Amino acid sequence: MTTLTPVLTANWDRADSFSLAGYGEYAAAKKALGMEPDAIIKAVKDSGLRGRGGAGFPTGMKWGFIPQGDGKPHYLVVNADESEPGTCKDIPLMMANPHSLVEGVIITSYAIRASQAFIYIRGEVLHVVRRVQAAVREAYEKGYLGRDIFGSGYDLELVVHSGAGAYICGEETALLDSLEGYRGQPRLKPPFPAVAGLYACPTVINNVESVASVPSIVANGADWFAGMGTEKSKGFGIFSLSGHVTRPGQYEAPLGITLRELLDMAGGVRAGHRLKFWTPGGSSTPIFTDEHLDVPLDFESVGAKGSMLGTRALQIFDETTCVVRAVLRWTEFYAHESCGKCTPCREGTYWLKQVLRRLEKGQGTEDDLTTITDIADNILGRSFCALGDGATSPIHSSVKYFRDEYLKHFEIGGCPFDRAASTVWGAGE
Amino acid sequence: MTSYSPEVRERLERDAKEIIGRYPRSRSALLPLLHLVQSEEGYVSDAGQEFCAEMLGLSKAEVVGVSTFYTMYKRRPAGEYHVGVCINALCAIMGGDQIWDELTEHTGIGNGETTADGKVSLERLECNAACDFAPVMMVNWEFFDNQDPESAKRLVDDLRAGKEVTPTRGPGRLCSFKEASRVLAGLPDGLAGEGPAAAGPSLEGLKIAKANGWTAPKGASE
Repeated sequence: MTTLTPVLTANWDRADSFSLAGYGEYAAAKKALGMEPDAIIKAVKDSGLRGRGGAGFPTGMKWGFIPQGDGKPHYLVVNADESEPGTCKDIPLMMANPHSLVEGVIITSYAIRASQAFIYIRGEVLHVVRRVQAAVREAYEKGYLGRDIFGSGYDLELVVHSGAGAYICGEETALLDSLEGYRGQPRLKPPFPAVAGLYACPTVINNVESVASVPSIVANGADWFAGMGTEKSKGFGIFSLSGHVTRPGQYEAPLGITLRELLDMAGGVRAGHRLKFWTPGGSSTPIFTDEHLDVPLDFESVGAKGSMLGTRALQIFDETTCVVRAVLRWTEFYAHESCGKCTPCREGTYWLKQVLRRLEKGQGTEDDLTTITDIADNILGRSFCALGDGATSPIHSSVKYFRDEYLKHFEIGGCPFDRAASTVWGAGE
Repeated sequence: MTSYSPEVRERLERDAKEIIGRYPRSRSALLPLLHLVQSEEGYVSDAGQEFCAEMLGLSKAEVVGVSTFYTMYKRRPAGEYHVGVCINALCAIMGGDQIWDELTEHTGIGNGETTADGKVSLERLECNAACDFAPVMMVNWEFFDNQDPESAKRLVDDLRAGKEVTPTRGPGRLCSFKEASRVLAGLPDGLAGEGPAAAGPSLEGLKIAKANGWTAPKGASE
């Protein structure tokens, strides 16, 4: 049996966990600043840490792409724009333990030879913004940021930057445009940010949880981190359970744990109900059903079953939920958040929304199912960035697993489900 | 649209210069400056956009092009309390749709509208990263977790009556929309230390780990 491994969440039950008193003295940063930057990059490579923002790219390798001795400023930008539907790990992490992030920023910046870093945090989470601002201020006051940190001669400035409501800014190049003061629209790659990122200079963009994991790797060693998880998906991660589950919440566990194990810990699907479908890593990852309860939640195993580990955002829906309704709402989200830069995504999500609205009302035909999968086929792989691809995941996967449920809507001329039954207060216990 | 009075202008300029000074290139300060002008009037006004353009040496068209891209910048005055209801799939299904329906009927206003007394505006929100607290509402971007139709209506009634309202994970006092915008501009209000570090679902995993004696393996630092 897999057990939980609290690292980033370990101090969250302390009332002062968000302050230095409740966190500690940045011992890992102090240690790191006494090391060669390349030795830190090597340690993070050896640890096997892969990006925790969804894509799973090896973090140390990303850092290694930054050219050295190029005479240009380097930048670290933390992607704290957590907005993927279902994803709710970075927000509580920054609320309860912002110093793990700030300490990670210092180590990461030093490793990639950056003297300026930014935390780009979504604007709609005021108290989280406050906590991160306060942690940064505390770190400055202690001399952990600013000039000559720990007497090492290393200087680092860190700015907390609030976004203004745009899911697309979680896409790394759109985030850079936004941070430069433009509309947040993705850039063509290559050049990749490692070569030409912020202000056309070498830039590393890492997710909050990735950066916050770095101090523990420096403190405990690459082997310690690599000793958790699976062969290719190493370490721990925060798994976020939400929806029709008895005890929703944040469960920090080694990668490779299964939903069955997590649900056991969380008291199962809410009383009197059973699992119908779920997302392994947010709305952009194809849905799974009860046949996937034992799939190890690591990058490879989830991929082999046709979905993606994503952000480990496990949204649980029981048998009272209409899958067509869920897919419609996700589709409306993608249409709302499409930045409009490329045609397949802008037009495709718009038309998907129209057809799905008709389907959900039971006013569609079987041909509409062909239409939505055709539209999705024309978005997938043809869009400028991953937002468009993500929009097709719920479409393709729901038609694959629940075709009959779509058909049922036409047969009876409406939705066969009682909306009240799926609410928190309508559980009918 | 009239421009700012000399006193307001002087104060905003001081704040703006401080913010601009944090960035290697001044244009990066545009989003924070838009939050700043929103903190003055409760929305991003014509005068506000003019001010941003002047401070950053941009054309007004460039500023408008940016401000209209982001949903948090309001083009009409928001209420003193800007109330959001999450209607993304998970919250909608868990009850957010019913909350929205009952709340709009109760207040008589719709998406993006403000009550006649200027107290409350409503917005349909996309996911606000608190899914384990569904159904979620936000007021001036503070968390109001685990809502139901009755609690939602009571919340809005209390806001309109001027009663004290406390976020579930936030400071002891709910600040106004303008005050919130100022924090987002990068000018802290000193309230970070208030409220719980973590609450409810955020602690479920840790509680279970402690009850079972589960920990991460011992590392070199221990």
